[in-house]
Amino acid sequence: MNATLQVAQLKQTIGSPAPHIAQLEAVAAEIRRIAIAAIYHATSGHPGGSLSCADILAVLYGTVLNLPTSDNPDVDRDRFVLSKGHAAPALYATWAAYGLMSQAEALTLRKLGSRAQGHPHVLDCPLAESSTGSLGQGFSVAIGMAMGLRLQVRSPRVYALLGDGELQEGEVWEGAMCAAHHGLSNLCAVIDYNKLQSDDRNAAIMGLEPLAQKWRAFGWNTLEINGHDIPGILAAFDTAKNELSLPTVIIAHTTKGKGVGYMEDQPLWHGSVKLTPEQVQQALTALGTETSKIESLINGRG
Amino acid sequence: MAVVEKAAPHLIGTSGDSLREAFGKALVEWSRERPNVVVLDADIAGGTGAHHFRKAQPHRFFQFGIAEQNMMAAAGGMAATGLIPVVTTFAVFCLRAVEQARLSIAYAKRNVKIVASHPGIDTGPDGGSAQALEDMAAFRAIPGMTVISPADAEEMRQATRAILDFDGPVYMRTGRSPSARLFNPAHKFEIGKGQILRDGRDVTIVACGVEVARALEAAELLAVSKVSARVVNMPTIKPIDAQLLAEASAETGCIVTAEDHNIHGGLGGAVAEAIAQTYPCPIEFVGVRDQFGQSGEPEELAEHYGLTAPHIAAAAQRAIARKIGSRQ
Repeated sequence: MNATLQVAQLKQTIGSPAPHIAQLEAVAAEIRRIAIAAIYHATSGHPGGSLSCADILAVLYGTVLNLPTSDNPDVDRDRFVLSKGHAAPALYATWAAYGLMSQAEALTLRKLGSRAQGHPHVLDCPLAESSTGSLGQGFSVAIGMAMGLRLQVRSPRVYALLGDGELQEGEVWEGAMCAAHHGLSNLCAVIDYNKLQSDDRNAAIMGLEPLAQKWRAFGWNTLEINGHDIPGILAAFDTAKNELSLPTVIIAHTTKGKGVGYMEDQPLWHGSVKLTPEQVQQALTALGTETSKIESLINGRG
Repeated sequence: MAVVEKAAPHLIGTSGDSLREAFGKALVEWSRERPNVVVLDADIAGGTGAHHFRKAQPHRFFQFGIAEQNMMAAAGGMAATGLIPVVTTFAVFCLRAVEQARLSIAYAKRNVKIVASHPGIDTGPDGGSAQALEDMAAFRAIPGMTVISPADAEEMRQATRAILDFDGPVYMRTGRSPSARLFNPAHKFEIGKGQILRDGRDVTIVACGVEVARALEAAELLAVSKVSARVVNMPTIKPIDAQLLAEASAETGCIVTAEDHNIHGGLGGAVAEAIAQTYPCPIEFVGVRDQFGQSGEPEELAEHYGLTAPHIAAAAQRAIARKIGSRQ
């Protein structure tokens, strides 16, 4: 099937859950393909953490976020901040998969003059909502957005996606205290818990466990899910929306490098890797990419 | 010819209000008709003047606890929803969140105002750990960041309005000690503009913050020695008033800068950078000479670190002696 779906089209399918989930799974696969191709063309970038969050991003942009459409261009939009800004390839790929950015532009990742900067920059891409890349900050920005929207009695919800290594930043726990203290139920943080970070496993660098207990102790509505299970992701976002007094954190257990066998659970594929033509071919094949699509992604014409 | 600011020919006296108090009161005054203004505090409102706003507009006052990094970045997020966040804390704690100000505010061009009390050795007895001597340098180096340091309560009142109506990130210093009173309400503060407070031929003293009053005193001391000193109030450190500085250099031939800050990277650095590109002239720098402060009363410390009027006057004499043609 053609996985490039407009958000509005996808939303019309709600009510028929089975194809809905199949479509989201197809989008997630498409996100992974475009992200890998973009990193290949950039000759640097972070594949592992881009692949691990593709399913979460497919669900967020496919069904969760209330974004402007051609039918309703003036909607007071929900905000999504990619606090783990190094997963920018996945963000641009998500936009490309949903028709919010052209695939050709997503493939200009990290090139001089491109809007697809190495880490998201809001002045280039307003949909990024904030400029991120220094860990911890996007989470705080999302907290500020949630506070600002609530003060103005506006309805949008705010979402932030954090990495697990990011949780080692003290600022995250400043923010965790703050959001709970202020009862920001319009805020939902998602943690892409793939258990790896730049140099090694979380557990070897600076252990995070018991992670769910930490968030509960900080006063958050804390959910744990399999971050690659689309129905589970959908259910968690629904639960978060129905929480009326606390901020929600969704701890999404994921596999770094998900979908590309040789990258899965390997710290080597965290970041700034140069993919060979053989490696990108292998990765795209593993991601179930049609031959014609592989050609269009590798020759960069989209 | 030099146009001398008429609103402040001489020192008027002490107002009793510190710059932080003046800021806090101005915030209340100007936020009444600006419903988008919100104030962020890190458990220090009693020290920054923000307590006035907390009392007047409690629903627009946000407590972040002792957590400046989260507060600074959250301000960027609040601005993204159309609010005008005013981040308040001590200058030294702003240094703790410079990177948040860089990425989540300046890089994203967020309309956030960072207002810092307790700058420089004017902070006094809390000692070296609390005396920020690097803040103007750090914030001046951030692209797109406007840096302001008003000299008295009236200028602070006007500057507070100006930064709220200015679209872009601003870092502004207030001050802890009772401030000298320099200006009456006829004074016109404008971002990016300095004013000549006293005209002179032989040297120009460029000052900001607490050093402006000392610069005026220094000009009186120099007059006794038959030296004619121009005094320029330079409340905007970035963007600096390069035109006014070029004229001062061309007309008086040498410059002294005076600031309660490290001599590296603050007002002195900004003046030197501007002058180097227009009319280079000898410059002497009055400020803390690349060291940390210590406990003491502000006036004692000003004497100890060489920031008082006699020190400025001595620097003026050195600058004059370095002028080409004075070296016979």
